[in-house]
Amino acid sequence: MDFFFAPTQGRPIARAAQVVSWGLVAVLAAAVFSFAFSQLLYGWNWDAIWQYRQKFLQGWLMTVAISAASLLVSLLIGVLTALARRSAFLPLRYSATLYVEAIRGTPLLVQILILFYVVANAFGVDNRYIVGVLALSLFAGAYLSEMIRAGIESIRDSQLESARAIGLTTAQTYRYVIFPQVVRQLIPPLTGQFASIIKDSSLLSIIAVSEFTLNAQEVNAFTYSTLESYLPLAAGYLLLTLPISLISRTLERRFHFAT
Amino acid sequence: MRLDLCAIGKQFGEQHALRDVTLSLSDFQSLAIIGPSGGGKTTLLRIIAGLTTPETGTLSINGQPLDFSEEALLSHRRSIGTVFQAYNLFPHLTARENVMLPLVKVHGLATQEAQEIVGALFERFHLAAHAHQRPGELSGGQQQRVAIVRAIAIKPRFLIFDEPTSALDPEMTAEVLDFIAELRDEGRDLIIVTHNMGFAREVSDRCVFIANGRVLEHGPSADVFANPQHPLLVNFLARVLRY
Repeated sequence: MDFFFAPTQGRPIARAAQVVSWGLVAVLAAAVFSFAFSQLLYGWNWDAIWQYRQKFLQGWLMTVAISAASLLVSLLIGVLTALARRSAFLPLRYSATLYVEAIRGTPLLVQILILFYVVANAFGVDNRYIVGVLALSLFAGAYLSEMIRAGIESIRDSQLESARAIGLTTAQTYRYVIFPQVVRQLIPPLTGQFASIIKDSSLLSIIAVSEFTLNAQEVNAFTYSTLESYLPLAAGYLLLTLPISLISRTLERRFHFAT
Repeated sequence: MRLDLCAIGKQFGEQHALRDVTLSLSDFQSLAIIGPSGGGKTTLLRIIAGLTTPETGTLSINGQPLDFSEEALLSHRRSIGTVFQAYNLFPHLTARENVMLPLVKVHGLATQEAQEIVGALFERFHLAAHAHQRPGELSGGQQQRVAIVRAIAIKPRFLIFDEPTSALDPEMTAEVLDFIAELRDEGRDLIIVTHNMGFAREVSDRCVFIANGRVLEHGPSADVFANPQHPLLVNFLARVLRY
């Protein structure tokens, strides 16, 4: 029975145990879902969906593009907000706090609606793709800024003292001491954040951004084949998020160093 | 070197770390600051290092008064080499990169030139084998030796050591103290705060005893240790030398 238990004290898990255990999990999951689907009285109509494969592909690519753009913008917002929250100038510090708390305390759905129908409208921005990327970036940026701030604060005081003693300026301390360490710490959660952005981008369908989810909804409306529209949707998201999660774990190991 | 302190005072909240410290020391090469914990010796050292500003008083080093503006303190810090108790090195950089950083980014040396300086110093102080290791892969003693090399690489006016061995076990302590003694023998000026009385007596030619935020006794180290006058110092030495 020991075969199925992870060895203590970080010793490596035997290859065979990994393979067999994963196989067991896969069989279990398959059993549950095939039973559930077998109970379903449903006339499958994959042919209707196949005709819309281009639409799925376009939506999927749009989701990738929007998520990648949002990751970059949210990173910028996150860094600036983290610095603002550490600023000695109180109005700046409190603005950043207000932003982070407001974003983290409200649903993304509401943020997208307000940003698009109220704010963007008032400022005469009617490109829903720009607003969509901005909404996702503001949302993810608030979470990222907290990760970045935690990263900055995790640098020991003794290091900042050393940096002062060797004569680095504050800007140099950030550039050569703090940021390189924060970046290393940030890479694993950042990949996780990217996976979240990809899934959260589905909410942009409510402002008619033609991404993956909206396209699947449209195919459903055209064909009345709900499951056939949404199962590829789930698969399409997993196709993006699973590799990201694997990469994240690899990077975590690579960037690990003793402090 | 020469050190003149006039009415230096420093308070942390309610607590007086230093009270009205006035002291003139001239013609010394190696100064040891000793005294009980919390007595003010580290605060005094940090003021000399340009890391803390006193509330009152003036300080001059080698006849040059120290201006306590942030700008002047920055250039002051850049001109001296400071080594702390532990965690001097940046964990994301290798030993070599740690020493290169101030040379290149603070003192403006070309990378090539800095590499040669660091290479020669590592060779000389038997650290070449560890140049590519990160602090986490080095022993505490090796880390402190690298930190000392970083301090001397910039050709400082003098060196400051703040309890450089108090986080080390005895064997590593010896390794680091030997290194400091070697620097003293080379004729480098240094100021050291240490709990290791044997070493303080051995390495320094001048000694200052600080307790309760005041300088209670100072003089040539041989005299201070052989013939202490102030009752607190007599008591202090009796206690620390008992074992």
